[in-house]
Amino acid sequence: MNHKNFEIINTPIQINQVINKVEDRNAGAINTFIGTVRELTKGKKTVYLKYDAYISMAEKKLAQIGEEIKKEYPESKVAITHRIGELAISDIAVVIAVSTPHRADAFAGSRYAIERIKEIVPIWKKEHWEDGEEWMGDQLEHKPYPEGKPGKGDLN
Amino acid sequence: MSIRILLFAELEEKVGTRQIEIAGSEMTAGEVRNTLLEKYPEVSAFNSAMMAINEEYAEDQDVVREGDLVAFIPPVSGG
Repeated sequence: MNHKNFEIINTPIQINQVINKVEDRNAGAINTFIGTVRELTKGKKTVYLKYDAYISMAEKKLAQIGEEIKKEYPESKVAITHRIGELAISDIAVVIAVSTPHRADAFAGSRYAIERIKEIVPIWKKEHWEDGEEWMGDQLEHKPYPEGKPGKGDLN
Repeated sequence: MSIRILLFAELEEKVGTRQIEIAGSEMTAGEVRNTLLEKYPEVSAFNSAMMAINEEYAEDQDVVREGDLVAFIPPVSGG
């Protein structure tokens, strides 16, 4: 059995395996976030997506996010799996599981993880439409990088 | 005497390969960026990409030495 808590894989994500990694007798809550492939973006119809990653660095950055959550919530446990390769509509792209003694921290940690993935983890999505394809850039809806890249504080 | 460079996403596609090498034994990350902008003037995405040295994000003034692995990281879109 694989106990790696932060991984990039190219096969379907088994949600329960991610959840199992954060089970803890002191946990009062396990919050899971499941990111799926959406068909319509700004009116444009996606046929399928392709994800690619700088795998070794991406796994390190996922682990860094786990450390950041642990710093804020010392009793938390975090596991994140991101899938790459070709994904169809409704396929699961990412699963985040966070366990904490109390529910508010599990919600907050899980939310933090997905936002942080979109800032610092080297994974890229290519949307394929009926009439074309394009590598997508920064998907953040609330915090565009001022100079096209994260600031110093975002990276450490 | 060469520095290994990894390209991803749009950059990999435009240059046509994931891994390239440039001659040199010590230079700044910014100099690596400029070398590639000169070599591939049509690939403007080199300008907006972040850089990493040995799997850690780097600034343009950080030094790259022979044997280091440099990566150009276009704006990410995981999740």
